[in-house]
Amino acid sequence: MSSIFRRTALVCSICATTLLASHAVQARDLTAVGFGGATQEAFDKAYFKPYAAHSGKPVVQDTYDGGIAKQKAMVQAGNPTWDVVQMDENEMALACEQGLLEPLNHSKLSNAADIPADKFAPCGVGAIVWSEVMTYDNKKFASDGPKTWADFWNVKKWPGKRGLRKQARMTLEIALMADGVKPADVYTVLATKAGQDRAFAKLDEIKPYIQWWETGAQPLEWLSSGSVAVTAAYNGRIAIANQQGGHFPLIWNQQLYSMDYWTIIKGTPNLADSYALLDYMVSPKAQTAFAQAIPYGIVNAKAQAALDKQTLSNLPTAPANLENALLLDTPFWVNYEEDLMARFTNWAAK
Amino acid sequence: MSAPALESLASAHQKSSRQRRLVSVLLLLPLLIYTAVFFVLPIGMMLYRAISNPELVQAFPRAVQALEQQTRSDSSNLPGDAVFEAVEQDFMHVENLGVIGEAARRMNYENSGYRFLITATARRYQWPANQQPVSGESPRARLTAIDPRWSTPELWEAFERASPAYTSYYLLTALDLERTTQGIQRVAPDKRVYLDLTFKTLKIAFVVSVLCLLLGFPFAVLLVKASRPFQMLLILAVMLPFWTSLLARTTAWIVVLQEKGIVNTLLLKLGLIDQPLPMIFDALGVYIVMVHILLPFTVLPLYSVMKGIPAHYMRASGSLGAHPVRGFLHVYLPMTLTGVGSGTLLTFIVAAGYYVTPTLVGSAREQMLGYFIAFYTNTTVNWGMASALGLVLILCVMAIYLVAARLVGIRQIAGLK
Repeated sequence: MSSIFRRTALVCSICATTLLASHAVQARDLTAVGFGGATQEAFDKAYFKPYAAHSGKPVVQDTYDGGIAKQKAMVQAGNPTWDVVQMDENEMALACEQGLLEPLNHSKLSNAADIPADKFAPCGVGAIVWSEVMTYDNKKFASDGPKTWADFWNVKKWPGKRGLRKQARMTLEIALMADGVKPADVYTVLATKAGQDRAFAKLDEIKPYIQWWETGAQPLEWLSSGSVAVTAAYNGRIAIANQQGGHFPLIWNQQLYSMDYWTIIKGTPNLADSYALLDYMVSPKAQTAFAQAIPYGIVNAKAQAALDKQTLSNLPTAPANLENALLLDTPFWVNYEEDLMARFTNWAAK
Repeated sequence: MSAPALESLASAHQKSSRQRRLVSVLLLLPLLIYTAVFFVLPIGMMLYRAISNPELVQAFPRAVQALEQQTRSDSSNLPGDAVFEAVEQDFMHVENLGVIGEAARRMNYENSGYRFLITATARRYQWPANQQPVSGESPRARLTAIDPRWSTPELWEAFERASPAYTSYYLLTALDLERTTQGIQRVAPDKRVYLDLTFKTLKIAFVVSVLCLLLGFPFAVLLVKASRPFQMLLILAVMLPFWTSLLARTTAWIVVLQEKGIVNTLLLKLGLIDQPLPMIFDALGVYIVMVHILLPFTVLPLYSVMKGIPAHYMRASGSLGAHPVRGFLHVYLPMTLTGVGSGTLLTFIVAAGYYVTPTLVGSAREQMLGYFIAFYTNTTVNWGMASALGLVLILCVMAIYLVAARLVGIRQIAGLK
């Protein structure tokens, strides 16, 4: 009799624990999502870890490769598993239009006064200003490396494979700049069919030499292993690779730069915590820590003013680096992305 | 036995066999329900998306209805005032942003720039406080004042093309066709990509299956004849790829085959070559890695069939005077045909769906259909196109399966003689 009683008690306690445990699991931890790699490590060091220590609540991290499909699926299913997400400007605009993101309420951010108005968007606040630049292995082309995108096309003088992002955005602009179009005119030309044909024709010139990359880490890996000779890559990744013993110069001339945004997924259960995390991430202390971890532009004006000259000179937004730079045009890509991306993917597959 | 006794025996027999059938169906019922709910239903819903075109109907119900009802009396090829009125009503009664966003995305497939047209117009009607008031006497005038394209015939032709609840647009595009005023025609040469892609996918899958068969058949024979410890080693060699993560395998191959990788360094040091061979990030790399990954799928069915072939058949054929090769071709091979059929078919079907491996180790020219399906699903969120391509792939693989089934004998593939 007592053994049956013991068995029943055991079963009941197991059931109770499972119910309690499952209830605890239902209250999801705050989830922050970035593009991974060295940038995510910098986020972790400057933002997520200090915030978790400061607020006592854990921050779960996730990564993705861009696009808005996951956000769309989450919101449509009514069960968002992400909270704060780093997004490209054009994808944020698309997602905002489709009602996938929470409209940002400035009054909830205590540090909003330090942030210039142009760093806010209807559905997000600026995260990083990044830049895509040309780079190569200094040891291979010691003194006389390529200096412009036109040089990138010169496979005779600088033989070897070329790395480019497997995406129409940025690659078509690079092709036009290599063909002699000034940064200020790139989008006017690209908006016309003739301009688009011109960009694809230019890319056809070096097509056999191009090795396409899809994640930010790949171009640096390929440079290190010698698979490619000259490549386009993100400036922050190059800087980190150099810190780890690489010798890859950054060619700031004709750089392409843009801003990524922090966004909040619509309908997230952790709305208050998401705003708290955003607020922490744009605070002067955190922003300074981030700028020193990886050289991407920050949005807090106070923090920017307090940076030392050395760090400032490595940022995409340093005045010297902005000469002859191309700011990526978001409204253009919101309109033309599908068409050009489809054409680009089809062209690359031939 | 008398006739009534026979009859009652027959009916009793029928009843008991009915009962047995019922019991077996009931035992299978959980599996059937599981397959229906978690396999047939989601795939059916995905394939439905290939023909479903709900975006404009949901965002512009009144306008779509008005367009259907009106007759083209106006010589300028523009719809009548009733349609403009209906469009305006639709813009003023937008339920949620997502619906308009979807309609804008769909219209953008007809012509780049229409996305902005729809969203800008929606914004003017939805948030009048932030914008200038919409001026104009009639709906037509107001819409044209917001954006002149509302009065162009091209926009309305695109609108009509995009409005039916069911469309053939995605399926036609997946076959490199389009609907023009002259009927269904092939698209411009620079846009023709999907048929080539489908053939390329099937070709790569076919080559990989044949290579796996050529490598796997001798391996399976050896596996059957080997002594116990050696057999264990061989089984480990085949199963190890199964137990390793896909990315780990693929990255390992990149390290081995790249320009400064192990193979090239070894060959250079031995002096056999003086330039590093390009073995990765091209077609050769794709074949090498895919054969390595898919070999177990060929070897294991072959092994299971060969294990059941008694060894004395070959000895008997030899004792009757047949040359070993003739004995192999006429005695051994036909008995292994079931395994060959099922192993090759399994490898082919799995290879046709692969896209992660070719993307990582191949160039852009080796992209397979699965890459585009993933691209349309994840990157451009064009689920109609993803579903249409998925449907094309399913139909092609099913067609090949049926042809193979006829050749090898479908009952033989399932192991039924």
